[in-house]
Amino acid sequence: MCKGIRQWCQALPFIGPALILLGVFVLYPLARNIHISFSIYDILADSITESVGFSHYQALFQNSKYLLALRNTLLYTLITVPGQMFFGLVLACLINHIKRGQTIFKVIAYLPVLTSWVIVSLIFRYIFMSGKGGLINYVLMQIGLISTPVAWLQNEWTANLVLWLFGIWKGVGWVMIIYLAALQGVSRDIYEAAQIDSANSTQIFFRITIPMVRNTTLYLLTVLTIGAFGAYIHVMMITEGAPLGTTNELMNFMYDTAFSRYDFGSAAAQSVLMGLMIFLLTLVQRKVTTETIN
Amino acid sequence: MKKMNVVRVLKKIPFWILLMAFMVSALIPFLYMLATAMTPQAYTLPYPPILFPQSLYLNNFVEAWSSNHFSDYFLNSVYVSVLSTVLIILVSSLAGYGFARMNFPGKNVLFHLLMFSMMVPTLTNLVSQFLLIKNMKLMDTYLGLILTYLGTGIAANTFFLRSCFLSIPHALEESVVIDGGSHWTIWFHIVMPLSAPAVGTFAIMAFSNVWDEFLYALTIIKSPNKRTLPIALKMFQGQNLNNWSLIFAASIIALLPILFVYIIMQKQLIRGGIMDGMLKG
Repeated sequence: MCKGIRQWCQALPFIGPALILLGVFVLYPLARNIHISFSIYDILADSITESVGFSHYQALFQNSKYLLALRNTLLYTLITVPGQMFFGLVLACLINHIKRGQTIFKVIAYLPVLTSWVIVSLIFRYIFMSGKGGLINYVLMQIGLISTPVAWLQNEWTANLVLWLFGIWKGVGWVMIIYLAALQGVSRDIYEAAQIDSANSTQIFFRITIPMVRNTTLYLLTVLTIGAFGAYIHVMMITEGAPLGTTNELMNFMYDTAFSRYDFGSAAAQSVLMGLMIFLLTLVQRKVTTETIN
Repeated sequence: MKKMNVVRVLKKIPFWILLMAFMVSALIPFLYMLATAMTPQAYTLPYPPILFPQSLYLNNFVEAWSSNHFSDYFLNSVYVSVLSTVLIILVSSLAGYGFARMNFPGKNVLFHLLMFSMMVPTLTNLVSQFLLIKNMKLMDTYLGLILTYLGTGIAANTFFLRSCFLSIPHALEESVVIDGGSHWTIWFHIVMPLSAPAVGTFAIMAFSNVWDEFLYALTIIKSPNKRTLPIALKMFQGQNLNNWSLIFAASIIALLPILFVYIIMQKQLIRGGIMDGMLKG
């Protein structure tokens, strides 16, 4: 007993500050968030006025705007995650083939990753400007794919397309780095053996490369999915949910609920739902990574 | 023999075309940004679009820096990011050391609590964290913002540094213990210096995460003169709706510190592995 107290006295200065921060900024808000999600919160009185059970949750599933945001988040995830992984893997294979001077290619491919979301969003907004002077419109008109400029950000599906392209473009470099590390762990002998058996490069890609990096693929799949679920800056900066909330994603809808409509109860319920979704994904990820390590 | 070489070169052509397509698509948006930032007053889109700067016109950078308090926002960001990074390293390296090297009753329970909170997505607690900062009367203060950064990342940061410290052999510490040295001596003179490369990488990740952080800065900081760069850029875009030259000049200024840090640390960072998961934000 005495030993335990002595050990704690020694350890407290080390772990104390972190534990206090953890309690105050993570665990307490988590509990409070769940509590608020079952209540009506009066922002002026700064207190819970009424307990309403599951009614915030029920209301959400009847709220077409929320369901729209849910649909957009799911679409964004289903499109950008495989997109980033496919292009990232192709790029990693290409760079892996280069014998000297890999660094410059890696740095260029990594530029979009290290540029902040806000700045990349501004660039995308500018590139997809609606007039004929917008870069994308100009290029597409020059090669004759479209005859009149497209108002990319003013239509539901073209605006969503811009957000998807953003998601893929921003993430390919990161996926490339992770895949490259995996590829460099694959023994050269396997490739040489395949070449001796005169396999062509498509066969090598599908029969050797993809199976060899399977664990990395599983890891990336979960990390990218979690990232895609929580993404919000691109919507805030590029479309602002326009037209009419049809490009909103879950985080943006939650932010609006909390800080434009001050409906903290509903916002808290939304975050609990999102937390649950991400929590389940994280569980899958952890299972996958432990299996990878073993 | 010569024919063989030609075939070989021809076979390489699709490879290079594909690689160049990737490089071009990664670079063009940046070129476009740079060219626009170096064009005088792009209130209307230049037609046809320009990808390369027409002249070495730097007035937009000067104007972006001096107008709209942009230099103040830059310094605000430096202040918040540096202070947060230092505190993050201090608090989480102490805790990481505690969990890696010390024994105390309940350590396992606490460690599992830490692992559990790593699985709670930070942003989902936004509403109650906002209320917390409000109740602590820390709204619109840097202290509130920095404490939030420190608190929300504490679990993952502690976990990361703990794993770094675990890989340092115990043998080195034994001599310190024999000499009667304390845990403070071991932490400061052995563990921290030996994990300098990892801590350095960690510091850069922490710095760039805070430098680019958006949502908490938007929610907690209300006074216009206290804004950090990402928020200032958003507001800047709102105010100068069509002056893209100025917006991109400002963006490039905001991007420079990160670019600078990454170029210096390129060797350590591009190794992969160490950045698993950390950079996704």
